[in-house]
Amino acid sequence: MVDPAQNGLRFRTDAPVSDPAVTVEAFAEQTNALAVRIEPGEDVRLLLPFLDRLRLVEVNFPSFGDGRGYSAARILREAGYTGELRAVGDVLVDQIAYMKRCGFDAFQPDELLDRGDVENALSRWPDVYQPTADGRVPIWNLRHG
Amino acid sequence: MYQYDHYDQAMVDARVAEFRDQCQRRLEGKLTEDQFKPLRLMNGLYLQLHAYMLRVAIPYGTLSGAQMRALGNIADKFDRKYGHFTTRQNIQYNWIKLEDAPDILADLAKVEMHAIQTSGNCIRNISSDHFAGAAADEIIDPRPYAELLRQWSSFHPEFSYLPRKFKIAVIASETDRAAMRLHDIGINIVRNDAGELGAAFYVGGGMGRTPMIAPLINGFVPLDQLITYSEACLRVYNRYGRRDNKYKARVKILVHELGAEEYTRQVEEEFALLIAQSIEPPFAELERIRTYFDEPAFDADASDELDRTDPDFAVWSDRNTHPHKTPGYVSAVISLKPVGGIPGDATADQMRLMAELAEQYSFDECRVTHTQNIVLPHVRKADLFALWQKLDAAGLGTPNLDQVGDIIACPGLDYCSLANARSIPIAQQISQRFHANGKGEILGELKLKISGCINACGHHHAGHIGILGVDKKGVENYQLSLGGSEAEDTSLGKITGRGFDEAGIVDAVETSVDVYLAQRQDGERFLDTYRRIGMEPFKEALYG
Ligand code: SF4
Repeated sequence: MVDPAQNGLRFRTDAPVSDPAVTVEAFAEQTNALAVRIEPGEDVRLLLPFLDRLRLVEVNFPSFGDGRGYSAARILREAGYTGELRAVGDVLVDQIAYMKRCGFDAFQPDELLDRGDVENALSRWPDVYQPTADGRVPIWNLRHG
Repeated sequence: MYQYDHYDQAMVDARVAEFRDQCQRRLEGKLTEDQFKPLRLMNGLYLQLHAYMLRVAIPYGTLSGAQMRALGNIADKFDRKYGHFTTRQNIQYNWIKLEDAPDILADLAKVEMHAIQTSGNCIRNISSDHFAGAAADEIIDPRPYAELLRQWSSFHPEFSYLPRKFKIAVIASETDRAAMRLHDIGINIVRNDAGELGAAFYVGGGMGRTPMIAPLINGFVPLDQLITYSEACLRVYNRYGRRDNKYKARVKILVHELGAEEYTRQVEEEFALLIAQSIEPPFAELERIRTYFDEPAFDADASDELDRTDPDFAVWSDRNTHPHKTPGYVSAVISLKPVGGIPGDATADQMRLMAELAEQYSFDECRVTHTQNIVLPHVRKADLFALWQKLDAAGLGTPNLDQVGDIIACPGLDYCSLANARSIPIAQQISQRFHANGKGEILGELKLKISGCINACGHHHAGHIGILGVDKKGVENYQLSLGGSEAEDTSLGKITGRGFDEAGIVDAVETSVDVYLAQRQDGERFLDTYRRIGMEPFKEALYG
């Protein structure tokens, strides 16, 4: 298992939550749970009543081609979730820039990523067209001051 | 025409650099083919039967002379001196080397072009009416909305790994020249009773294995909510579209399985949440884009007369022009369907000539049609004869727009790794047959479309006559269908019965056409006669 803190793919300054992430179902029942893991087919909106106590959401990507986790991440951020949002599983260097835009701030890939490739990927785009969860000002607004 | 500012240019340049890096990592073995595949696909690079194919985006089908010239030069430098214009208003190069792909993208970026999202499970190039900005019947030029959607959908981080590809078309007239309702989202810009402009959203159309005509889900989305509403449509699809079976993954299946009403309800619910996020671009941005599509400086004194002395020219101008909103002008259509030719192919020299003619006669603009022809949208009637002479001399003056020779055909088994059967030779034989027997001249409008497999890139479902290549125990076989239409009276063709072999399908088309000729009443097109008399007489003649 890759430690996201050690691998450097954590873009937060607070201390990582050490609790294990439980399933969505278990999370709803265990009133002291802080960390949850959601699978592609699960409705992320089930977590919205628990935003107060949520500290870590792991979004699983069993295969990088399944993009449901991108919507899950944005929905959480749009609803005001500010805790750690970690992409786990088949997370590749060419996806992490988009994941970051959708609100992920930690990555725990199955396979270790090359640091240089990650830096290249994250610094590639000078600007962005759409407003998303990362708060970057889109080109549309830059054009009009 | 839209022109990049430094922001747009920087985005495209970044993409070239990114793809260069990805190709490099692939060549170094840092990326497996499985990992590289979706990345190259998002840059339009397919691995076909014999080589890589590169598909270049032509947003809403509009090109400047310089862009058309660059396409010709790329064909010379990196391919076999020709390119293939596609049914999605794009161009494909069929003989590309992987090592060259980044350089081609760099050449494209120099003329504000790219291959972004021309493939892959993402939002594809936005298509539109090829007579936009020129047609006498349009409410407004639809292209500013298409350009806004282009920017929104480019590198959209949430929608780059959708269940399946996603195609959007935007039109703004009652006459549908873009097969709008056969797209994942079809947008028709309309005016309401109060005179305001809005967007009618049709969602869930498509061809392929399960052809469907998109239902209307919202008749009037205000234009300052266009992006937010599109985003809601996509998010519902991204979350709930099927991912277990690629043949059931398009949004049309989701809309069909949920029912249009339930899909609409979910979209509206998502929209209500998204509108609070203020993701809509400032209205000033739409205004900025619109200024690029201002009318060219038309000559107010342009003569409305046409000298029809030359009989060949008269035939061409009757068939291959379309009424323009400005007196004294027409839109001229250059047929890429010479008798016996490969539908949609143009040589590098022809592309450069079309570029020059666009600059000289059409305010530096040309268009690609989804029927694989090229339009010069704004030609003075007084210049039409001179234009035709130059086209004719270059083999570009075939007078067959919307006629039986104006066939849509996909690349088929000559290039495509998914094909069951060849499309191009069938198109060539049909075109030659109807030229030789003279019937092509008397048929009037007849839209014939050929696909080499069920993916329906050749739009066969929407052909007045459609041909589909199927594989029958390892032998190429062709199904015939009748009665499809992609226009505002959208309908899907019906299969006549058992299939035909290569020679048989050409005969079967002629037999069907003979039934029409024998039965047609005043002014009826093939489609009208078919709709009036039904399938039976055709079946009778075909299978007797
Ligand atoms: S219809 Fe089939 S054969 Fe033709 S281009 Fe599409 S996938 Fe290939």
